[in-house]
Amino acid sequence: MVNIYIDGIKYQAEEGKNLLDYCLSVGLDIPYFCFHPAMGSVGACRLCAVKMYKDENDTRGKIIMSCVQPVQDGMIISIEDPEVKHFRAQVIESLMNNHPHDCPICDEGGECHLQDMTVMTGHVYRRNRFKKRTYRNQYLGPFINHEMNRCIQCYRCTRFYREYAGGYDLDVFGIHSRVFFGRHQDGMLENEFSGNLVEVCPTGVFTDKTLKKHYTRKWDLSTAPSICEHCSLGCNTIPGERYGKLRRIRNRYNYDVNGYFLCDRGRFGYEYVNRETRIKKIKARFGAELQDTTEDEILDKITNAFEKGKTLGIGSARASVEANYALNKLVGAENFYAGISGKDHQILRNYLDILRNYPVNVPSMKETEEADYVLVLGEDITHSAPRLALSLRQTLMKKAMDEAARVSIPRWLDHAVREFYQDGKAPMTTITPYNTKLDDVASKSLRLNPHDTVKFGFLLANRINNDAPAVKDYPGEWDEWLDQLAKALINAKKPLIVSGWGNGLEEMLKAAANITQALNGEERKAGLFYALPEANSMGLGLLEGNDLSGIMETGDAPENLIILENDLYRHFDKVQADKFFNQFKNILLIDHTETNTTDHASFVLPSGVTAESSGTFINTEGRAQRFYKAYIPEAPVMDSWRWLGRIENHLKKTGGQWNSLDECLAELVKGYTVFKPLTELAPPSGFRINGEKVARAPHRYTGRTSMHAHKNVHEQKPPQDEDAPMSFTMEGYNGTPPSSLVSHYWKPGWNSVQALNKYQQEVGGPMHDGDPGKRVIEPTDNPKQQYFKVPVFETKTEAGELYLTPVPHIFGSGEMSSLSAAIREATPEPYVLIHPNVAGQNDLNEDDVAIVRANGKEWKLKVKTDDKMADDVAGITTGFRQSYIVELPLKGNIEKQEKK
Amino acid sequence: MEKPLTGHIKDDGSQLELKGYEKEGGYRAVKKVIGKIDPENVTATVKDSNLKGRGGAGFGTGMKWGFVPMGEDAITPKYLVANADEMEPGTFKDRLLMEENPHLLIEGMILSAYAIQASIGFIFIRGAYVKSVDRLEKAIHEAREKGYLGKNILKSGFDLDLYIHISVGRYMCGEETALLNALEGRRATPRFKPPYPQASGLFGNPTIVNNVETLCCVPYIMEHGAEAFKNLSYTDEGGTKLYGVSGNVKNPGTWELPLGTTMREVIEEHAGGMMNGYTFRGALPGGASTDFLVNDHMDVKLDFSTVMNVGSRLGTGTLVVLDDKTCPVGFVANLMRFFGRESCGWCTPCRDGIPFVQKTLEAMEAGKGKEGDMDVLESHVEFMGPGNTFCAFAPGAMEPLQSAMKYFGKDFKQHITDKKCAWKGNGK
Repeated sequence: MVNIYIDGIKYQAEEGKNLLDYCLSVGLDIPYFCFHPAMGSVGACRLCAVKMYKDENDTRGKIIMSCVQPVQDGMIISIEDPEVKHFRAQVIESLMNNHPHDCPICDEGGECHLQDMTVMTGHVYRRNRFKKRTYRNQYLGPFINHEMNRCIQCYRCTRFYREYAGGYDLDVFGIHSRVFFGRHQDGMLENEFSGNLVEVCPTGVFTDKTLKKHYTRKWDLSTAPSICEHCSLGCNTIPGERYGKLRRIRNRYNYDVNGYFLCDRGRFGYEYVNRETRIKKIKARFGAELQDTTEDEILDKITNAFEKGKTLGIGSARASVEANYALNKLVGAENFYAGISGKDHQILRNYLDILRNYPVNVPSMKETEEADYVLVLGEDITHSAPRLALSLRQTLMKKAMDEAARVSIPRWLDHAVREFYQDGKAPMTTITPYNTKLDDVASKSLRLNPHDTVKFGFLLANRINNDAPAVKDYPGEWDEWLDQLAKALINAKKPLIVSGWGNGLEEMLKAAANITQALNGEERKAGLFYALPEANSMGLGLLEGNDLSGIMETGDAPENLIILENDLYRHFDKVQADKFFNQFKNILLIDHTETNTTDHASFVLPSGVTAESSGTFINTEGRAQRFYKAYIPEAPVMDSWRWLGRIENHLKKTGGQWNSLDECLAELVKGYTVFKPLTELAPPSGFRINGEKVARAPHRYTGRTSMHAHKNVHEQKPPQDEDAPMSFTMEGYNGTPPSSLVSHYWKPGWNSVQALNKYQQEVGGPMHDGDPGKRVIEPTDNPKQQYFKVPVFETKTEAGELYLTPVPHIFGSGEMSSLSAAIREATPEPYVLIHPNVAGQNDLNEDDVAIVRANGKEWKLKVKTDDKMADDVAGITTGFRQSYIVELPLKGNIEKQEKK
Repeated sequence: MEKPLTGHIKDDGSQLELKGYEKEGGYRAVKKVIGKIDPENVTATVKDSNLKGRGGAGFGTGMKWGFVPMGEDAITPKYLVANADEMEPGTFKDRLLMEENPHLLIEGMILSAYAIQASIGFIFIRGAYVKSVDRLEKAIHEAREKGYLGKNILKSGFDLDLYIHISVGRYMCGEETALLNALEGRRATPRFKPPYPQASGLFGNPTIVNNVETLCCVPYIMEHGAEAFKNLSYTDEGGTKLYGVSGNVKNPGTWELPLGTTMREVIEEHAGGMMNGYTFRGALPGGASTDFLVNDHMDVKLDFSTVMNVGSRLGTGTLVVLDDKTCPVGFVANLMRFFGRESCGWCTPCRDGIPFVQKTLEAMEAGKGKEGDMDVLESHVEFMGPGNTFCAFAPGAMEPLQSAMKYFGKDFKQHITDKKCAWKGNGK
């Protein structure tokens, strides 16, 4: 720590740290544009100018850019010096030479960093009487709206898109005062993280196109801290609602998890919430028809029906821990089933076994960025756990920063680091059956079919450590790869093995686990990051539900069935599921969206989606994270756990079942000690700051009365939330609440998302009081390695036979996101991906329709080819609504569909 | 007078080929130095010679080389780049050297590369210099055939491959780090310094970028020694300089003269004075991005430090003369059009400031100047001052403007008050 002097006040700062970053971290306001905490400094915009003085006798000083200035011992700085203030105002004046005065009709208005910075510098008067330059805007796909006239050329968009996220199709064109940020031609932005441009862009060039369809200003949104429901990573989000409609999803910063960025599925997958096919009414079956009914009526009906006979409960990996627990409690643990396929169940069980009993280090997503060697085993991460791919990509930058330190380049001097490291690769090997996006940063990519990948993984574990079980019979050319990879992993201080649900092989997880075990030693614990399929797969697993596939097969079912937020057709074969449903007399479904399962229900209760509910998800690393309802949905829609509590009250006539989330959690913890941390995730609903609840909406100068003025000018009593210490309006505490209750970022003078700086311990660091969320399961301290036994490997395929392997897709594989309009527009047709040789052998061309046969069934799929993929594999899009193949991976054949 | 740069150039403008060059003493320095003198000593000699970079900044060449990491731990390959992207308005000196004496540049590059132990050299050349490219290509071929280039030069164990890179052509590429980006196939935007190219330059490796004329001075220094080179000039700074004059003078051209020759001698003797009927009002001493010198400065010795002391910069040493029949506002507006067009678009003051200045000057020229325009101009001069922008481009662009306002301020104001340009007579 060294002393520095800013406007006459002494501060203690870390030497070598970036001066702008430091000043913002201690709460000083220096305006800036091109700097971004996650992307470092490039010195382009010149707005963060400050004065620096040689010594105390220097009265003139010189203007420097704080973003490219390292903190030095004894340095004397002024932010308030009149000359530098004038300079900063002139930077804004220059940008305003061309920026349109269209704030009233700009989607960014009210949360625009450019507005904030303009006000902060004090620039008010336009001297420029000449014409502004204009551009033609581009169509950039269903997610992003383009309005280039507003551009202030901070270069953040291309830096994020190309350099941070690895995209190719957004760039800067032209020169001088006519630089243009866009694509080479109109078309959808190809990168999976394009939505972040909305928050990265300091003004209204790139805005949320889905929001535009039902636009609302920031100050009119009701928001809450929430968790993304579209995969198992648990990215923190902020849903925003107005007039009962979910308007948008924004990133909620969590240092350990998603940091500043979301994937496009997470950001744009929300639109299903506003669809007509939402279940919004209580329904009971009269003959073939489901008809609307009332709560009292249905509770009586349910009681009548479910009083007699045994009831089976099927939980859900997309429902909260609380909801699953409520069902578990209602039907009894022995009758509670996890509601996932036998294969998924086995994977989940093994994964929990590893977490509980193996000495393994499960890193947070942030920690994966620090890995110094990554092995991606058999998984297309970009499509199965998208946000993780963005983190893994950063291992390249970490390596580049380490290398650039050799010539004393500061880690935050972004372009200098990149110019030094040039086209250097990340310390990463990917082994997948086909080309994946991470291959462009990986040092090495191997193409193997999934079964060979498993074998390779077991071999690698043995190559690293002789204690790991050995494998016989493998191709001789693997030896060199195995040696290289073993060496790279052994030499790493923080090696990381990554895999996930997408490959569908239980053995893949075992192979990954064995590699981590082989690497573990006194001085190092290898990381294992395994991505489970759903937002609460882990929470469901910890409730230890039974394996549904067992009774699916036997048909030994009781009379009654309760299904919680689950479409069994996504986990079981149609014939099997149909048969299963037909065994039951009464089926109660609690869900928010119509699915194929809805057709079998005798009773339907409408539950809230994540943005309308409160509860807890546990992400794939075992991190429990609370979400709160952004708004109260129109009755009778409510939280599933609340429905189940009411049913239990009615059915058992016990009364006294929970009425609030806190009460539900108290019960939960009694039954399951593993969930103890869930009560510590956020303050209880009685929590107050200065006697106030935390406001869900930012302050709005016209007051909340005008919100509903078109209907009624009388002020309505705002709804109350029994589950959270939060109000549903702008009234309440609007300072810095505990980070688990942060639902919007706002500080005086900082209306844009950049206000986040003021909520962090230091810029880009953890939140002020630590980040929300708690791990419920920590790896064991038991240092003894354990290994999975080598499985029986698949024998070679017969002639013409292919390994049919699942191909997850960020747009298409998600159950709910695939109902959202923008995501659907970005979703490809279901396809089968084959090597051109395989296509040739079967007389198939790109875009032909092929018939894929396996297990006595057949599917028709469009052909796509990839000349770099393994040639004994056919990849099949998985989880797509139009062609759901739950059995993958399989062995099968492919042939051409003959034209009729 | 000894003329190490142009002394052996043929009168007919044709290329001095290898044979002729060797006959004139060419490649003698290479034979003397490569493998025989320690590279560090070559750098020391150049340092002693007080050779200042001829691209315009006037930074000590030997000192620049001294920052290149040497020894076994240094990152290799190291690169030497000849900045032949001569785009400075009014400047045409490197062209003369490359067209008529290409081997001098090659020899200079061999010696310089040897000093920093660079194994790869690039000549980054302005695309319009077609003749230079042709002749350099031929010369490189000759030198390679003769063993001056390639592997194990003159059996010394030193390797140097030389490549010509033809620039797509932007003024910005004259900035050494923007040049490196362009050479790598990226946008020609400058890089942040530090790190300097000596530490992280082309492809992230240690790199020296020198101007063509600078490199051409090296053979003489290595052949005749630092003292001899110093003695060539009239001042402390060593060597001769290619001076040039353009504008309404009787005999525009370029001449090799001792460094420190006065402006009077250059304009009146070598350029033959002003054309009949034209009166000298001022001159930009070293291309478009230097401050005006005026009549009072006629006896200023044109070297780097002396010109700096009178408030301008020697720059490239090629004078652009302003006469009384040319409107100074129009003159500067024309320059601003150039700078506004050539700005790379990276940093705000340059990208958005210069066009504002340009439009303001053009309005004044068109008789549409307004009260407050002088403030606009003055505030932008300050705004784009040295250190305020990402590179030296915009501060350079402001130099002719600020000095024009200083020396010809009356003319500027008159444009506004009279609502017309007295030279064009337009307006209302």
